Amino acid sequence: MSARNRRLLRRRIIDAAARMLATCAALIGLFWLTWILWTTLSKGLSVMKWGLFTQLTPPPGSDGGLLNAFVGSILMSGLAILIGTPLGIGAGMYLAEYARHSKLGQTIRFVNDILLSAPSIVIGLFVYTITVLRMGHFSGMAGAIALAFIALPVIVRTTDEMLQLVPSTMREAALALGVPQHKVIRQILLRASLSGILTGVLLALARISGETAPLLFTALNNPYWSTNLNQPMANVPVVIFQYAMSPYEYWHALAWAGAFVMTMLVLILGLVSRLILLRHRRQNG
Amino acid sequence: MVSPMRVVPSRRTDPVQQAMSVPPSPKMQVADLDFYYGKSRALQSLNLNIPEKSITALIGPSGCGKSTFLRILNRIHEIYPRQVATGKVLLDGEDILDRSYSIHRLRSKVGMVFQKPVPFPMTIYENVAFAIRHFEKLSRAEMDSRVERALRDSALWDEVKDKLSHSGLSLSGGQQQRLCIARAIALRPDVLLLDEPTSALDPISTAKIEQLIADLTKQYTFCIVTHNMQQAARVSDYTGFMLLGELIEFGTTKDIFENPRKRQTEDYITGRFG
Amino acid sequence: MSNVKSSTIDPLLSLDRVDRRTDKLFRLMVMSCAIFVFVVLLGAVFSMLYGGHEAFSTFGWKFLWSKNWDPVQKQFGALIPIYGTLVTSLIAMILAVPVSFGIAVFLTEIAPLWLRLPIASAIDLLAGIPSIIYGMWGLFVFVPFMALHVDPWLSDHLGVLPVIGALFRGSAIGLGTLTGGIVLGIMVIPFVAAVMREVFSAVPSALKESAYALGSTTWEVVWNVVLPYTRSAVTGGIFLGLGRALGETMAVTFVLGNAHRLSMSLLEPGNSIAATIANEFTEADSSLYLSSLIALGFLLFIVTFVVLAIARLMLRRMARLERTT
Repeated sequence: MSARNRRLLRRRIIDAAARMLATCAALIGLFWLTWILWTTLSKGLSVMKWGLFTQLTPPPGSDGGLLNAFVGSILMSGLAILIGTPLGIGAGMYLAEYARHSKLGQTIRFVNDILLSAPSIVIGLFVYTITVLRMGHFSGMAGAIALAFIALPVIVRTTDEMLQLVPSTMREAALALGVPQHKVIRQILLRASLSGILTGVLLALARISGETAPLLFTALNNPYWSTNLNQPMANVPVVIFQYAMSPYEYWHALAWAGAFVMTMLVLILGLVSRLILLRHRRQNG
Repeated sequence: MVSPMRVVPSRRTDPVQQAMSVPPSPKMQVADLDFYYGKSRALQSLNLNIPEKSITALIGPSGCGKSTFLRILNRIHEIYPRQVATGKVLLDGEDILDRSYSIHRLRSKVGMVFQKPVPFPMTIYENVAFAIRHFEKLSRAEMDSRVERALRDSALWDEVKDKLSHSGLSLSGGQQQRLCIARAIALRPDVLLLDEPTSALDPISTAKIEQLIADLTKQYTFCIVTHNMQQAARVSDYTGFMLLGELIEFGTTKDIFENPRKRQTEDYITGRFG
Repeated sequence: MSNVKSSTIDPLLSLDRVDRRTDKLFRLMVMSCAIFVFVVLLGAVFSMLYGGHEAFSTFGWKFLWSKNWDPVQKQFGALIPIYGTLVTSLIAMILAVPVSFGIAVFLTEIAPLWLRLPIASAIDLLAGIPSIIYGMWGLFVFVPFMALHVDPWLSDHLGVLPVIGALFRGSAIGLGTLTGGIVLGIMVIPFVAAVMREVFSAVPSALKESAYALGSTTWEVVWNVVLPYTRSAVTGGIFLGLGRALGETMAVTFVLGNAHRLSMSLLEPGNSIAATIANEFTEADSSLYLSSLIALGFLLFIVTFVVLAIARLMLRRMARLERTT
């Protein structure tokens, strides 16, 4: 075989090996994740019953459900979104419309990115020191605040990016009518990027639905029924944590059920936000 | 000299108009206008008068600064902090570049239509009513008639009168541009600036819009930027030729196209460069 | 307006005044929202500094390298948690980076076109799965698996080797630093893979097509065209994954074993900063104990801050390169 052919063969072999490795890697990666999803699905589904949604978290050894945990999580997540969304959209509007290239804008974007990826346990400790230490007890309100701080950077980032995507011609055309900037931003630009911003809110909701650490230091848990934000509040992640680490079989089963519901919620929220974005893109070309 | 083809009979062949040798009074007067993108100068010492209730066209090769100049007339360039205009631009005698001249007031008197039609994400009705709502408190009936008037004047009413509550984005390209024109004239400005209004449209839409501009000249002063010489020749009363940030020549369209005085103008008209 | 000029000039001017005032107010409002973000970050830093102050002033710099962790004697040191955090993150990245890279290459160069969007979407969705799920799976499924099949094998075959043997000696209970690192790595994979895929698909196709046209194989295009072009961003993505791994709590708390013994062996139970804080927070019975936990949190934050800042720098570098080409 000539030297040239030998080299060509060598290159082809390396290429084939690399492609095979890459495909293997993809398969390996997907394998683990499928295993985890499958486990969650099967273990969770086997414990699913109506009682899950109607009964309270039980003491060890007895039957029960996760009602107070679901309600608590919904309450705190809802409150967190209520607090975080206006702040996040406001910050995003500032960044996109007033500070697109300024030094202050760059700094805030940097800070926001750090906050976005920061360990959630840090946020939990922060809110702990400003609420729980002050008030002397854990509370659902503190939990909501911690979740709001986690949702905030997601919404800020999405709003900033979506507003920047609005073509400058629309901005100019609206301003050229003599309408003041605040009206242009609120009534036209915001409306034009609404589906994108909504996606950001949904993603933030998905994110906070799965966060355990921040709630561990703020809302902790409540084995009884309570909607009092001034007291510790039951929530799904911390219940899962406590039950899974316990030695009781029935608690383990409940933990899996909770994990299943949580995973389904996060996946559905992710799918819905994707669909919204897809529909928006198709409408606007 | 080359005589450009006329597709649409223009007002300039009207014998009554031709008898008038005195140009109408200037609506806008530009004196020593310079423009900078940061440190580099894009417009140099522009001096011209835009006559009232006529159509003034600005032509020139791409990059000559005609769009840049147009955008100064409603100070839309101020959105971008690195863009600065110095000099004097008078509207009815008042300097609009002066800090004390209200920018909102300016833009309610000087409207603009852009190259790419951008309907707002609202119904057709709301698109037109949006700006009116900000400036005037009108009853439902008054607003309805204002919207209808604006849509009639922009030759869109018949096509959309049954679907005013549809989204502005549901219209075709040519219709969207007419919607943008309706939006601008709904405020009853004195001056309408058109930045390449038909370059993104098909020939039929282009002809419709050129016709409606001609029909509206009695009410508004038009200043239109176009890279299409034939369009300028068809539509306008006065033409200015710009090159590399300077105004080379300005005069009646007939003079510019049939008797250009500067060699650069003649070269451009005859297509020696594009 | 052009017909009734004189009577509308005045209302126009007063409207203008209102408009300008409202504009200023609005700008102030949204700017406050933006500055609030800044305040949150500063607040986090200072509150943890404040909370950990007692521990820092009691132990001084020794806190960083002390192996103590004795709640009764009130002696605390960060070495074991720091060590655990670093080792688990290292294992996680060793596992995650090649796999993510392979996935990204697969998705951008190898997979048939119809398969690309579904798998990419699947990876993005999987990146959002809460970390506590990984922890649960780790505890109930993976730990027994490790205890039964992997740990004994490692201990028997690698534990007897000189030098690296020390890493693999020990009890086969399944919990431990190695298990923690693997679970962490699996969790980080979709995250890093998503970033890498995005970065790879941003390479201008003209660059790749000309390489292919010259007869390059797929691997050569990846190695010689895609990687050099995306070098900064890929590094940024890796650092982003590292930042995530360092700060992760729930994925590792279940499987590390919560031991306060420093051991060379990866098969022995260990600890991480986040796991320590999560596990012992409710048991902290003295203010020094609590302060030590918060001090650990502060250290974690500083480390992740630096890693994330580097990641962002690298990712922005490529975005800037994209804009100029």
